[in-house]
Amino acid sequence: MSEAAADSVRELTMSEALNEALHEEMNRDAGVFVIGEDIATFGGLFQVTSGLLERFGPRRVIDAPISEAAQAGAAVGAALVGCRPVVELQIADFVSLVMDQVVNHAGKWRYMSGGRVTVPFVLRAAVSSGIGMAAQHSQTLEAWFVHAPGLIVIMPSTPYDAKGLLKAAIRDDNPVVFLEKRLLYSRPGPVPTEEYIVPIGVADVKREGGDVTVVTYAQGVHLALQAARQLARDGVDVEVIDLRTLKPFDMETVATSVRKTGRLVAVTEAVRAASMASEIVARVTDDEFDSLKAPPVRVTARDTPMPYSASLERAVLPQVDDVVRAINRVLGRVTVP
Amino acid sequence: MSTSFPPLEELLLRMWQIRWFELRAMELFEEKLIRGSVHPYIGMEAIAVGACAALGNDDYITSTHRGHGHCVAKGLDLKLMMAEIIGREDGYCRGRGGSMHITAIDRGMLGADAIVAGSSAIAVGAAHALRLQGRDSVVVCFFGDGASNQGILHEACNLGAVLDAPVVFVCENNEWAISTPVAAATRIENIADRAAGYGFPGVIVDGNDVLAVRDVAAEAVARARAGKGPTLIEAKSYRITPHSAATKTDLRPPEELDAWRARDPILSFSRYLRNEAGVEPDRLEQLEEQARREVEEAVEFALASPRPEPETALEDVFAPAEWATAGRLS
Repeated sequence: MSEAAADSVRELTMSEALNEALHEEMNRDAGVFVIGEDIATFGGLFQVTSGLLERFGPRRVIDAPISEAAQAGAAVGAALVGCRPVVELQIADFVSLVMDQVVNHAGKWRYMSGGRVTVPFVLRAAVSSGIGMAAQHSQTLEAWFVHAPGLIVIMPSTPYDAKGLLKAAIRDDNPVVFLEKRLLYSRPGPVPTEEYIVPIGVADVKREGGDVTVVTYAQGVHLALQAARQLARDGVDVEVIDLRTLKPFDMETVATSVRKTGRLVAVTEAVRAASMASEIVARVTDDEFDSLKAPPVRVTARDTPMPYSASLERAVLPQVDDVVRAINRVLGRVTVP
Repeated sequence: MSTSFPPLEELLLRMWQIRWFELRAMELFEEKLIRGSVHPYIGMEAIAVGACAALGNDDYITSTHRGHGHCVAKGLDLKLMMAEIIGREDGYCRGRGGSMHITAIDRGMLGADAIVAGSSAIAVGAAHALRLQGRDSVVVCFFGDGASNQGILHEACNLGAVLDAPVVFVCENNEWAISTPVAAATRIENIADRAAGYGFPGVIVDGNDVLAVRDVAAEAVARARAGKGPTLIEAKSYRITPHSAATKTDLRPPEELDAWRARDPILSFSRYLRNEAGVEPDRLEQLEEQARREVEEAVEFALASPRPEPETALEDVFAPAEWATAGRLS
């Protein structure tokens, strides 16, 4: 992995890594500005925008009224005249409030104009499942945006990827929906001191293996890696692919792996129906059906609103054991119930 | 009055350009040369022309589904507009946008928006960004009385106020949202009164009086440019034609329609030019004829323009990017 090549590597949490990305990009380009709730003086609910106000001032670090749709719309307008706005939504469920601005405006303006405009816009939002925030603060909604033409969708799993991808997202001339898993904000990982970019649309093989391909992203990567470690004790060799970018979709990396293993498990923390896991399975069956030795399996959340109580939330969200079971199923291994 | 306003004759010419453009567009719709729909701006010409007379080339507008008038008033090319709404390759948006999405940023037209009130926050953000870039441009956001009840407009007005954004909100109150009269959609008499809720001025103007609109717009634009924030202008007017060329039913009382027809903004401005500004009747006729001829040339240009090639349908979904050229576009 590229971080190994770095001269100097520190451990940073994902929020620290994202914060560095914003500092660097705002320093590099005076057209980059951030807008959101409690992001200036307070530094953001998760401290991702910490220190930006002091350095770049209130015109570029905007504490906005609680008007998510207007923040997103204002970002589209700013992008149309050449700025590079970054909107922070405290909780990803609030995307329902900005869908018109993101889907009908950010995603379509370039196409509707016949290519006369660009919309370099980034919408960051914190996906907050797994910590008891209940039904209106716990959704994993990337599929909504993957389904909307004209949007790039990114969901990183490590501090290294988060920083490099956010920098790439800000520099890209297209609208980007950048979803950050809240449980990962405090998880440390190696990040080089020198500047780097993680390219959009390139998946990362987080673990190589020859028996089964697990395609996932964000928290799913960590579930899959744990499952892989567990199964390695039984001699099962799992390959874990982190999509990192959900759209555009790196079919080449996925197809190469499936040709090698012949077996696919797709993992997402989103609910099952029309999920990214469904999309992964559909793409592989479209393009690589003949490579498959077994029917692919999806591991997803249950199709319910998120319950509050820990026992219920755990029952609804996919767990490491679910990934282990799915891998055993595509391998035709008998599982102990 | 500022000396930088366009000549009065130019205002009349623009109004006639809008009128003839819309009349021809409605005909072309009936001839099935225009698909979908066309929302004529007939009867409201004084608002767009008056407001845009207060703007410079470096200023911007956002527009609506009823947007042809705003485009003409901002100085867009009639030929490229007509080619767009007929769906041809030479149109402003290469036939991808159509009547409701004409965009020409180089002429200060950020885009027509067919989501009612959809562009209000876009106008605020563009205004803030222009100031961030050190430019002294102003953005005028046009919207209708129907849009005034959308949530996003409330958010945009408030955000514009707290940012002191150089934006002017122009509510074109034409009394009807398709079949719903404004009195059935709000309990207040004047939409301009809502400005008080945002802490900026609300001004009512006769939307059929092009010079009155120009003058209140000029004041609002000057205020915005000076960093004093937004103004809400309510221009009271009426659309003389139905909601759209595709809407055959019109529930509006015929006597109401007749009363507004008698207040036609083009005829009353022509009268003013003749009686108060000493413009010869021949000259007035020349201006109408010029507009009519330019619209006809635009139709000819549009019809001669090629249809977009089907294999280009996937172009411009995304802006050029390293990841797209690497073949990862899917």
